[in-house]
Amino acid sequence: MTYSADLTLIWAGLIAFAVFAYVVLDGFDLGIGILFPMLGSDADRDTAMSSVAPVWDGNETWLILGGGGMLAAFPLAYAILMPAVYAPLIAMLLGLVFRGVAFEYRWRTKRARWAWDLAFCGGSTLAAFSQGVILGAILQGVTVTGRGYGGGWWDWLTPFSLLTGVSVVAGYGMLGATWLIMKTTDNLLARAFHLAWRFGAATVVAIGAVSAATPFLKADYWRRWLTFPNIIATAQVPLLVAIAAVALFFCLRRKNETWPFPIALGLFALGYAGLAISLYPDIVPGRVTIWQASAPASSLGFMLIGAGILIPVILAYTGYAYWVFRGKTDPKGYH
Amino acid sequence: MIDAQVLARAQFAFTISFHIIFPAFSIGLASYLAVLEGMWLRTRNPVYLNLFHYWLKIFAVAFGAGVVSGLVMAYQFGTNWSVFSDKAGAVLGPLMAYEVMSAFFLEAGFLGVMLFGLKRVGPTLHFIATLAVALGTFASAFWILSVNSWMQTPAGYAINAQGQFVPADWLKVIFNPSFPFRLVHMVLAAYLTTALVVGAVGAFHLLKDKANLEARKMFSMAMWMATLVAPIQILAGDSHGLNSLEHQPAKIMAMEGHYQSHPHGAPLILFGLPNQAKGEVEYKIEIPKLSSLILKHNLDAPLAGLDTVPRQDWPYVPIVFWSFRIMVGIGLLMALLGGVSLLARLRRGLYDWRPLHRFALAMGPMGFVAVLAGWITTEVGRQPYTVYGLLRTSQSASPLQAPAVAASLAAFAVVYFVVFGSGLFYLLRLMGHPPHDHEEGLEEHDPIRAAGITPAPAIDPDRALQPVH
Repeated sequence: MTYSADLTLIWAGLIAFAVFAYVVLDGFDLGIGILFPMLGSDADRDTAMSSVAPVWDGNETWLILGGGGMLAAFPLAYAILMPAVYAPLIAMLLGLVFRGVAFEYRWRTKRARWAWDLAFCGGSTLAAFSQGVILGAILQGVTVTGRGYGGGWWDWLTPFSLLTGVSVVAGYGMLGATWLIMKTTDNLLARAFHLAWRFGAATVVAIGAVSAATPFLKADYWRRWLTFPNIIATAQVPLLVAIAAVALFFCLRRKNETWPFPIALGLFALGYAGLAISLYPDIVPGRVTIWQASAPASSLGFMLIGAGILIPVILAYTGYAYWVFRGKTDPKGYH
Repeated sequence: MIDAQVLARAQFAFTISFHIIFPAFSIGLASYLAVLEGMWLRTRNPVYLNLFHYWLKIFAVAFGAGVVSGLVMAYQFGTNWSVFSDKAGAVLGPLMAYEVMSAFFLEAGFLGVMLFGLKRVGPTLHFIATLAVALGTFASAFWILSVNSWMQTPAGYAINAQGQFVPADWLKVIFNPSFPFRLVHMVLAAYLTTALVVGAVGAFHLLKDKANLEARKMFSMAMWMATLVAPIQILAGDSHGLNSLEHQPAKIMAMEGHYQSHPHGAPLILFGLPNQAKGEVEYKIEIPKLSSLILKHNLDAPLAGLDTVPRQDWPYVPIVFWSFRIMVGIGLLMALLGGVSLLARLRRGLYDWRPLHRFALAMGPMGFVAVLAGWITTEVGRQPYTVYGLLRTSQSASPLQAPAVAASLAAFAVVYFVVFGSGLFYLLRLMGHPPHDHEEGLEEHDPIRAAGITPAPAIDPDRALQPVH
């Protein structure tokens, strides 16, 4: 039993990692899509797209791994949560399909380029917003009947889930803008600073609003965050968020080109840690723990062989790709 | 009244039908590219290299479309078939995870090298990458067909206290009874589908210029495939059918249109209109005893009909009956194309006989039609079950209201037609260009989805980067 429990924890960790990798990696390239209409000239748009062209596709593969891994490792949770977030999930997939092909087809046409630009921006924004709504819908809790989802198909739509939706759009916009600060020059750089300031401020406000609202969603969350002695540990998270926010704005004011992006990533990591504190060890908040949802040890063990070989290889490759493409993007080079 | 379950089935059928088109093509094309490069390395005949570059550009677009449409599939199980996911996830999830990981590994490792790396890593290493991509697409097919086969002929499982299927013996799960037959049938189908596309493109350009060396070569290679593989595919399909007769007799009854049992030799119904309500095939044209000969290798062997199966376990015969005939009909046409082209080849008219080129051009999309018809046959034929004999489709669906599924189905339809319609347009445009000497590979700075996680070895750092620090 302990053996099985350990595998469950390992897989919960792996899937959490895959989702986080997805959020930060695809986050900044979705962010570029969100910022697309605000980037000024067509040439600047080309450069912005070029800056993520080498890496964006690999980013999305983490999402498949997260979804597929959840089906295999936590089938019960997958079965309850997917129908619960049906509409935003489908919207996210369609958004990703749209922006994905826009990326490629945009370069194949002159006549229809504007249409693919629109698809790129609209698809990215829709995907980001939907991801935020999904997060909010899961956090606020879903109705469970027996071993399945028991609510209606509009249950996900609440002021809280709309708030998380907007928050994720703001956060991805911040990631995109700080990425551009790191990767571009001249006019685009100046614009990226301007956008990073705005979206950074929006993100910090959003983190504050979501954090303030969360403890009121469920008694569990309240107890975890705001009762003694938990609060001594949990208070570190908002404290660190405040420090990171100050650091971000300090760097933006000083026109530092290197640090805003890592700091923005740090903000996301802190938000993610906050979510983990709210949820653990539940996978369906208040209803199902990771152990209750877990597949048997033979399934988890069988998959772990492949994952154990593959994930390090992917990480090494991904790291290598980013290393090769470090530095500023040449407006002419990669298209 | 259309209920949510019917809509969910329609949605799955729609999304997976769109999806399967791309992998079916890229599995075959990956192998074809490996053959082309291998022939080039052996003979150093530049025609092979030109063809390699020509088809590589097409492969990149098709592979990308496969990845995009595959992303949707990873979530369809949960959104529309959540009860099925809960019950079968522990057995099928890991197999699907391996499928994802094979594709992942491909993208991570070799695709970038294959697409962009020929000049940079040298021909030998590049050939290894091409072989690895061919092997990787095969590995993807291996796992996903294992998943599907397990749903048709479940094995190696136990059922736990919560009513979930749990793995008891992974080898039996993976190599379940219908898997080897399905794998062979589908991989051959992918090869034939690709051969028909290649043959049609070759024929198209031969019709315009029969001196084009590349067009001649690709046409000849494709026609060899049709000549050699189409008959093998008919045999493979036949043994797959015999395997289904053993494990899923009701599916065979539906394919044959046998509502009634035939104790003294069953006829082969060529055509007719199955009437599910009456339980008989109307206006049928049949050949006496031939079905018994095909399925039992004995003219007088008795064959049971759907009258021996409880009515609530019947698959919907009209669809299965017709999709099966479409598939078989196209299969026979492929064999005919193979035979006719062999004749033309022997009489030294392969590149001159225009009716043959028109025939090959018309057959271009037929492989896809046959693949879809075959899948419709096997999937509708195993109804009303998702896990055959054990879990009914009606007990697999998500607790969703019909409007939710209808709305998402409509959205998928609109988006897919726009997105993959444009993809098809770009593919056809690529195929419309005549292949020529000094054919270029992919343009290195075109962002392309299929470049995967590591275009790193692919792109010349001097060109792609302008480090300022």
